[in-house]
Amino acid sequence: MNTIGKPISRVDGKLKVTGSARYSAEFDMPGLCYAVLVQSTIPAGRIAGMDDSLARKAAGVLAVLTPENAQRLPGAEKRLSLLQDNQVYYNGQPVAVVVAEKLEEAHHAASLIKIRYSVSAPKLDFVAGFPSSHPGNHNGEPGDMSWGDVDGALKDSDIKIDQVYTTPIHHHNPMEPHAAIAQWNGDELTVHESAQDISGHRAKLAKLFGVQESNVRLICLFVGGGFGCKGPLWSHVPLAAMAARQVNRPVKIVLERPQMFGPVGARPRTHQRLTVGATREGKLTAIRHEVHAHTSVIEDYLESSAFPTRVMYGCPNVSTIHRIVDLNLGTPTYTRAPGVATGTYALEVAMDELAYKLNMDPLQLRLLNYTENDPQTKLPFTGKHLRDCYTRAAERFGWSNRTREPRSMRDGSQLIGWGVATETYPANRRPASALVRFKPDGRVLVATGTHEIGNGIYTIMIQTAADALNVSPDLIDAQLGDTALPPAPITAGSMTVASVTPAIQTAAERVRTRLLQMAVADSGSPVHDASVDEVDFKDGLIFRKLSPNRSEKLGDFIARNGGQPIEGIAHVEPDETLKQKFASHSFGAVFAEVSVDPDLGPTRVRRVTAVYDVGKVLNEKTARSQFIGGIVWGIGLALHEDSHMDARTGRIVNENLADYHVPVNADIGEIDVSAIDIADTHLNPLGARGIGEIGITGTAAAVANAIYHATGKRIRDLPITPQKLIA
Amino acid sequence: MTSKKSQKSLVELRINGETIEVAFAPHKTLLEVLREDLALTGTKHGCELGECGTCAVLVDGLPVLSCLVLGLEAEGREVTTIEGMATAAGLHPLQDAFADLGAAQCGYCSPAFLLVAKELLEVNPSPNRDEIREALSGNLCRCTGYIKIYEAVELAAARMRGEAVEPATESIYGFEV
Ligand code: FES
Ligand code: FES
Repeated sequence: MNTIGKPISRVDGKLKVTGSARYSAEFDMPGLCYAVLVQSTIPAGRIAGMDDSLARKAAGVLAVLTPENAQRLPGAEKRLSLLQDNQVYYNGQPVAVVVAEKLEEAHHAASLIKIRYSVSAPKLDFVAGFPSSHPGNHNGEPGDMSWGDVDGALKDSDIKIDQVYTTPIHHHNPMEPHAAIAQWNGDELTVHESAQDISGHRAKLAKLFGVQESNVRLICLFVGGGFGCKGPLWSHVPLAAMAARQVNRPVKIVLERPQMFGPVGARPRTHQRLTVGATREGKLTAIRHEVHAHTSVIEDYLESSAFPTRVMYGCPNVSTIHRIVDLNLGTPTYTRAPGVATGTYALEVAMDELAYKLNMDPLQLRLLNYTENDPQTKLPFTGKHLRDCYTRAAERFGWSNRTREPRSMRDGSQLIGWGVATETYPANRRPASALVRFKPDGRVLVATGTHEIGNGIYTIMIQTAADALNVSPDLIDAQLGDTALPPAPITAGSMTVASVTPAIQTAAERVRTRLLQMAVADSGSPVHDASVDEVDFKDGLIFRKLSPNRSEKLGDFIARNGGQPIEGIAHVEPDETLKQKFASHSFGAVFAEVSVDPDLGPTRVRRVTAVYDVGKVLNEKTARSQFIGGIVWGIGLALHEDSHMDARTGRIVNENLADYHVPVNADIGEIDVSAIDIADTHLNPLGARGIGEIGITGTAAAVANAIYHATGKRIRDLPITPQKLIA
Repeated sequence: MTSKKSQKSLVELRINGETIEVAFAPHKTLLEVLREDLALTGTKHGCELGECGTCAVLVDGLPVLSCLVLGLEAEGREVTTIEGMATAAGLHPLQDAFADLGAAQCGYCSPAFLLVAKELLEVNPSPNRDEIREALSGNLCRCTGYIKIYEAVELAAARMRGEAVEPATESIYGFEV
């Protein structure tokens, strides 16, 4: 079989287009009842009193969980709001849960609860928090990292850029809201949850409720989008489990759209100061990238915006600094290309500003500072073909036809601008397990506890097994999203394919060897007495290599041998020594054309061209989807998405999809994506580096740079709205 | 008809060509009745505020946001949900095209896009890109960037007009392959 790299259609496509794909809120079970969250309406303080008497008496109500009566969970961390005390840390924090027979009864009862608060002064002023900000790290990597002598080099630089770039709070807003159904059976907890990390959530729930991990099962067959917010475990899931325990029935909780703006993560606000020094010829001499980003008062999360600056260009003196500001807001978290999306925006706009100051083509400036090695560690990359990305993308876009001066291109009354930026995303891989099973009916099952979030992993799993086993994809079924299966890592960080496919390959190899060993040992088999090397398995048949018609069907062989499935399981760890030898990142080049109405201000992104170096592309179709989806998120970052916080109450005021603008179809022009497609086998045998996030990186900068080229206005605070352009 | 005890209305609904008798509280939206009372979960819940379009169904052939109409209002009208889009003959050409082209990524928005597109192709069998955009403008998708959705609608429309078309084979590997 040779299915890897082919544009195989999604195997779950039919389920999705017929409405039969079951998302987490869509499981029915006897006795199912409904829970609704009651949220705080103050940003800081404590609950002084709660009157739930009317709610308790309301029709259909089964239970009201409050800080007074909620089950005590000794393992509860402060980051979750599980009604363990009276403290309020942010506006929108869950402070009570109502459980009722029907959803509308729960809603009605929730509206009857009266809460008195004693309010304390909230921390809501981001900039005022800078003096008391603190350092942090991101996934164990330190927030501060420097090399060379930045101050000295800046002093001696011919040319300098020193600017501040800001990005606002974003909320992920997948189309499927968070949802969970929790059910206890004695000490056993089963949870259907829309999640990107069922294994991680299982471990956390087991710890919280003081039961063995093996007593907790998480199931998630389809995720209706996540983009990071379904990575961490949030309060509503344990609250559903607490409610289920209390009423001794299965409990369903589905967040309402406004509840997606607070208790389930956000992309934090960033303030990034970029100081860049260069020679008159355009060689970078120093970069200082100083980031302030917010977190909550209950948990540290660091938006690692300066990380891309550590890898993008050759520069002898670099300083990357992050400081976290604690605010009375819900804890932010990973959001599509965390750190990198916001950071490449700032860095790549600063590069554009430098290019203009040098009177140099911005693409030329990037090529001049190209680095073949990781600038920080001096290690070689596992693979880097960014030069090809620049060249190809420039050619496809027609970059050589650009005129340099701002406001020099027009189409009728519209100002036209072209911009470029570099994209990058680190290649990640984590330990993963998988099983491959030959079934008595002659079909093959490939299974691992990963997540189908629109990434197409059901399909990639089947392709991987098909190629490893020489079996047609039509004979293979895939199963995922269940902690009863061998565990896989969190679906985040563009690492699912790199982590999961090696485990599938190894499991496939094992089950194949096992089958052939059993076959040669079986006196009833046509391959009996041959050595394992002399026999093969292909397309459902076991046969002798030299006389292929001496063969037997897999199903017949299994039937004769007791009818039990044959299975191979593998747990595969990434090579940890790789990091000492190589740096591993994906790169890309993105070009954007915008038109701006000079009188009214609206920007349209007419076309985007991007070329990626992401290692091997495993499935053209799913890859194209991921790239385009990422680019559209980049357009949203540049022009639309912006959660407005009320400065006094810490409430997000546009907590709905009418006022929080995600890109709509009218915002999207032509998008042309392609990939270099050179396998990077250092990281994993298939040579794939991950594709889910790189598309958003760079895009916002390319759009912002195009807007400057169109208008001559440099807007450094995202999103670039019409108001800002005509101000 | 209302039964006093449960404060529920017993209503006859026509859904996907079948007549179904269902009892529900009169203030329930059609979306809730479909998802919670009839287990027709192919209709999605995205905001319940009329903003996202994921709950769209066809009522008497026209797209309607099921979160904004009461279940009672559907009485005596023909409701089509995604579960009723395929026929005995197989998937609707739009469903085939969406599945083929990957226009359903996470898939959560897809049922509504499909139903709205179905209505479009019934009134306009040869829509151009702008007409498709216009018709689908009430639906949000957070995954696909919309482009594959347009391509799928165009492909299905062409197939329904009887044109022998193959999906565009544009390669991701660029022009050098
Ligand atoms: S759920 Fe009806 S429009 Fe969003
Ligand atoms: S495919 Fe995920 S929202 Fe459209």
